[in-house]
Amino acid sequence: MSASVSPVAIEILAAACIALSGVPGCLLRRVPAAGQPTATALNGLGSAAGLLGLVAHARGGDAEIVLPWALPVGRVAFGLDGLAALFLVPILLVSALGSLYGASYWSGRDHPESAPRLRLWWGLMTASMMAVVLARDAIAFLMAWEAMALAAFFLIATEDDQPEVRRSSWIYLVATHTGTLCLLGCFALLAHVQGSFALWPRLASGGSAWISTAIFALGVTGFGLKAGVMPLHVWLPGAHANAPSHVSALLSGVLLKTGVYGLVRVCGLLPDPPLWWGGVLLAIGAVSGLLGITLALAQQDLKRLLAYSSVENVGIIAMGVGLATVGRALGRGDLVVLGLAGALLHVLNHSLFKPLLFLVAGNVLHATGTRRIASLGGLARTMPRTFVFFVIGAVAICGLPPLNGFAGEFLLYAGLLRATRVDPVGWVWAGLAVPALAMVGALAVAGFVKVSGIAFSGSARSSDAAHAHDPGGSMLAPMVALAGGCVLLGLVPSAALPLLERAVAAWDPEIAAGTPSLAQLVPFGWISAMGLLGIASVAGVATLLAWRRPESSAAGTWDCGYARPTPRMQYVDSSFSETLVGLFDWALRSRRASPELRGPFPSRAHFATRVPDAILDLAVLPLLGAADRGFARARALQRGPVHRYVLYIGLAVMLVLLVAR
Amino acid sequence: MTGTLNLLAHVALLLVLPPLLLGVINKTKAWFAGRRGPPLLQLYYDLVRLFRKDMVVSTTTTWVFRAGPVIGVSAVFLAGLLVPFGPFDAPIAFPGDLVLFAYLLGLARFFTASAALDTGSAFEGMGAAREVSFASLAEVALFMAFVVLVRLSGALSLSPMLHAPIAGIAGGLPAAALLLVAVALFVVLLAENARIPIDDPNTHLELTMIHEVMVLDHSGPLFGLVLYGAAVKLFVLAALLLHLVLPVALGNPLLDWALFVAGVLALAVVVGVVESVMARLRLSHVPSLLIAAGVLCAFGFFFTLA
Repeated sequence: MSASVSPVAIEILAAACIALSGVPGCLLRRVPAAGQPTATALNGLGSAAGLLGLVAHARGGDAEIVLPWALPVGRVAFGLDGLAALFLVPILLVSALGSLYGASYWSGRDHPESAPRLRLWWGLMTASMMAVVLARDAIAFLMAWEAMALAAFFLIATEDDQPEVRRSSWIYLVATHTGTLCLLGCFALLAHVQGSFALWPRLASGGSAWISTAIFALGVTGFGLKAGVMPLHVWLPGAHANAPSHVSALLSGVLLKTGVYGLVRVCGLLPDPPLWWGGVLLAIGAVSGLLGITLALAQQDLKRLLAYSSVENVGIIAMGVGLATVGRALGRGDLVVLGLAGALLHVLNHSLFKPLLFLVAGNVLHATGTRRIASLGGLARTMPRTFVFFVIGAVAICGLPPLNGFAGEFLLYAGLLRATRVDPVGWVWAGLAVPALAMVGALAVAGFVKVSGIAFSGSARSSDAAHAHDPGGSMLAPMVALAGGCVLLGLVPSAALPLLERAVAAWDPEIAAGTPSLAQLVPFGWISAMGLLGIASVAGVATLLAWRRPESSAAGTWDCGYARPTPRMQYVDSSFSETLVGLFDWALRSRRASPELRGPFPSRAHFATRVPDAILDLAVLPLLGAADRGFARARALQRGPVHRYVLYIGLAVMLVLLVAR
Repeated sequence: MTGTLNLLAHVALLLVLPPLLLGVINKTKAWFAGRRGPPLLQLYYDLVRLFRKDMVVSTTTTWVFRAGPVIGVSAVFLAGLLVPFGPFDAPIAFPGDLVLFAYLLGLARFFTASAALDTGSAFEGMGAAREVSFASLAEVALFMAFVVLVRLSGALSLSPMLHAPIAGIAGGLPAAALLLVAVALFVVLLAENARIPIDDPNTHLELTMIHEVMVLDHSGPLFGLVLYGAAVKLFVLAALLLHLVLPVALGNPLLDWALFVAGVLALAVVVGVVESVMARLRLSHVPSLLIAAGVLCAFGFFFTLA
């Protein structure tokens, strides 16, 4: 590769290659077996090229390309800087690995109708996410954003014969278009302030305070809807649960991150953002974290649980972005560096362990046909490899050492604890955020111990679970890569330093230049050393035990003397989380159908608990229903013939021209 | 030279002393009950005997069942290397080690609870559920306590942070904050180690247990590791708390080590007294106690603002 090729050009070519990866499969309907390998190969090729482009960027520096396409407004401009480079890494990795997984999980043989379609949208979605991250012009950004949203809609709707899938994908479509509407407003105001559609400008000043506040509010709403922060997460659980598992991995690992990317960019617009911007983000992050993980704890569906846990992780990321914004408002470089680097490291981490966990859920679903945790059990013995991947993913997502989740949360804690000493106001937010983050971490342990214990341990509660087995190598290979990433970034978090430092420098060059570097602020060496020491000490104790070589005899579980335990007598997930769900019931509004037992010999009875999504079911849907009824009369205008709509558009343009005069 | 000696003393005490604490607690309780009680060194005898025994392992279990005690002991031991003992610095200290300390306890909890659930017993499921539920409240109190201490001392590492009270913190309000934090940390210590009033280690009803019921199926050397790990955890948290209730440095290393050992044993006596004069709380009331501990720290935080 010659040095004269711009890394942006490489990324565009890579995106084109990935975008086209599904096309041969759709054209070659006659040879169904050929579609999947070509798609996976093209996707892998594009990802490899994209990663090479990132290497070129690391050597050569930022670059920008303006494509010679005339748009009525704006230009088609793409550019690569440190922040874009960091977000490209998960897009490229997860897309390629997911495509490989999908080759067996959603093969053309099992799903002749939907598999070619899925591969087409998969490539288009990956390419449009790359375009979103690379776009340097508001119009190009919005086009890529819309393409991404639509591709995601079709991916979620893969199994469109099921009503639940259709419902989830429609909710997603409504949510994402609400977000696009907000972004349209946000970019229009931005163009008004700076005089052009170029992204991402560093505004000298935000114009009036009102305009900058409006830009921030619209940006946070629009991007927050995509990222899935509370209370804008309503589309997320259904979409993640009902999409094919590798699609869920792509949605959760990468799609949400484009929302985070936008949040980070919006917070970087003003040179000195008001303090309350950071405060708002910290509060949103804390609420998302706490309620997200409690809702996850309450779920009885494995994939919904993972989806809510994504809400929690996006909350943690938002807290980091908020801390960085607080740092900029106060002129504290260390808070900026620690907050932003913590958030971005968590972005990388979450795009490793969450796809891993969704692929684990895919294995489970593939082997047992159910997502209901209470119907599983005993999978640790029937699917031992999948279980190892689950444990790695679970320990990582709980932020426990020595895996990668710990490193990201470590940076955030370091930043937040420093902020508790900032007078006069920084401590309020930080003092609330530290215990929130602590509780989120401990609740995550509770949630994933629940999955481990109920779904994987004990004995099988159904015959499907009893006869489950590990999938083949092509489904396990991508998981090896993801789990390896978790271990590597956990033991050597400094491997991500170059990416993080360039991203922080791209976000705020002045502050990055004026403060100690990340490597000086954070004892990465100690984190690695403690991880190795921990592994050594576990190995030591295990060796001691092995050296003693105790005779062990097998027997049934000692159920306090009960001689005939059955699998149905095991603890189930809703009992496990009952105490914690009870503590948060003011927010969760769990429903319980408890039987009334009467008389000395009560008849058969059933007890069930259910935790609905309070915001979707109690707020959003009633509101939309009311709006639907309210606008019923306006429906007369909307009868379907196209010529009428053309007339409306013409009238609207005339009206605008009249007003604009 | 003295550094090496102090390091050796730290590791040696961390390895050897913990089981004695349980002996002291039990002796105190026996004294209150008018019994003679088991010998002070009973837990040492138990550990030796358990390590010689063979084990019975449930057929439903996997590697997690064995990993629980092994990882549990390793994690609390590493946590013990981060906490300074008495006026001496901890062997390992770096900015942010307090986060690692809390998360190592979390790692131990993850695997202990997973090992309990690995047996498929409903009793052990209950214990694991209670353990992770109460710990998520105790963790908030622990971190609130850290926030107060960080704000008072300005250090992000346990060693300088916990040594700040020795240097003397000026004014009445910070001292009041430290007092509140000490009370909260004592509650955390009782909760994390499953002592009365959160859990009764001597109860005979599996339905009401927390820690004891999680390890019903562990036997032989594995059970020995569980007991030993629990003792180490108690010792480490006691050493942490001791900095707040006994912020004294005599200057002579030998005397300081002696004072530290005496202080930890005195804390064990206090735990024994609490167990003798109180009843176990109803399980549904435990969250309130833990939330109260967190709120106490929040008040301590307000005091530091003045």
